[in-house]
Amino acid sequence: MALTREQLAKRVAQELQDGYYVNLGIGIPTLVANYVPEGMEVMLQSENGLLGMGQFPTEDEIDADLINAGKQTVTMAKGASLFDSATSFAMIRGGHVDLTVLGAFEVDVNGNIASYMIPGKLIKGMGGAMDLVAGADNIIVTMTHASKHGVSKLLSNCSLPLTGRGCIKKVLTDLAYIEIKEGKFHLLERAPGVSVQQIIELTAGELVVPENVPEMNI
Amino acid sequence: MSGFDKVVTSYEEAMAGLEDNMTVIAGGFGLCGIPEGLIAQIQKMGTKGLTVASNNCGVDDFGLGLLLPNRQIKKIIASYVGENAEFERQMMAGELEVQLTPQGTLAEQMRAGGAGIPAFFTATGVGTPVAEGKEERNINGRDYILEESLTGDFAIVKAWKADRYGNLVFRHTARNFNPMAATAGKITVVEVEEIVEPGELDPNEIHTPGIYVNRLIKGNFEKRIEQRTVRSA
Repeated sequence: MALTREQLAKRVAQELQDGYYVNLGIGIPTLVANYVPEGMEVMLQSENGLLGMGQFPTEDEIDADLINAGKQTVTMAKGASLFDSATSFAMIRGGHVDLTVLGAFEVDVNGNIASYMIPGKLIKGMGGAMDLVAGADNIIVTMTHASKHGVSKLLSNCSLPLTGRGCIKKVLTDLAYIEIKEGKFHLLERAPGVSVQQIIELTAGELVVPENVPEMNI
Repeated sequence: MSGFDKVVTSYEEAMAGLEDNMTVIAGGFGLCGIPEGLIAQIQKMGTKGLTVASNNCGVDDFGLGLLLPNRQIKKIIASYVGENAEFERQMMAGELEVQLTPQGTLAEQMRAGGAGIPAFFTATGVGTPVAEGKEERNINGRDYILEESLTGDFAIVKAWKADRYGNLVFRHTARNFNPMAATAGKITVVEVEEIVEPGELDPNEIHTPGIYVNRLIKGNFEKRIEQRTVRSA
């Protein structure tokens, strides 16, 4: 079975380490915050100027001056800090964030990512995504493996305009956990109940399949 | 106004000198930390042909979106421009020029502009549509593009507290682009919630020194929330 959004978030959460500063993109990445392992301390960075993002506020706690990068009202966790946008992106661009999780439309075997623009459709902008993919070393892209019509999103060459060039090394899809290196996709894990054959069929770019592909432990 | 006293008492005075075809740098992220009264004043003045640099362009009936119905903005430099039907219509019709800029690059363009640095190299945008037409250079094995900095004829800024000398304190994530915008205007106008006497703010806790501020006005803020998300108590 393909992973649900929650299962994707749970699998990403297994990559967290105690003491990590983490930037979570909008959508599935945001859900990762719900699955931080017990006893582990992780601090969430919100690129509009907050390190140490807390949970959503109660009605009484709502503060129009305190939002996240998705413009949702939030709270501050214990030990939070506030700063301006230039300082925020200095953290990101300077490689100080330990893990970045974000979504994409396409990735390819050379680590290119397309995530912000579909020509002919309305273009809303890249927000902070280009800075995040250029600045972070440790990035996990979360996405569905293929479109609803079965068109692969893991390609030899991205067809859409890029968000970043050669910057993606790990992709978690609803079917597989994949590493990108030496111009190829490498299958690391498969979703529970998903066959290697299914993954091969829905991966357009060159995929290296080891003899033994373990199922994800979720 | 006398000496270092930056306080003005009317919005007319606050935005005096803004003319057609000028460039305006605006603070704010979404609708958070935006100079509501200064934007309303620009709407009232009807100034046209403006180039506006701001992370976003408001919503249909609030924030910088108020400058769209009368076609006051000629060009917008922003990182994300959704949530606004009239904006989309003008963009699709080619009536509004949109220069999409990565958020961190935009912040740094304002910071550098205010700091007298004309351009900088960044890895952000290499190999993407953002890099088109820009100088590319390999430094120590990595490719970078040259981004020119931004300054404005005016900067419009929202702060929480100020003293009469224009020393500013921002609150929570309403800080966002405001401190950089404040440095990048030939004339920087700041709208605040509270003005106190010089000496009342702790100098250790001032975020933006008054040297960057030309005019200061006390405003009344609606502080509209874009995405009201709550948990049950």
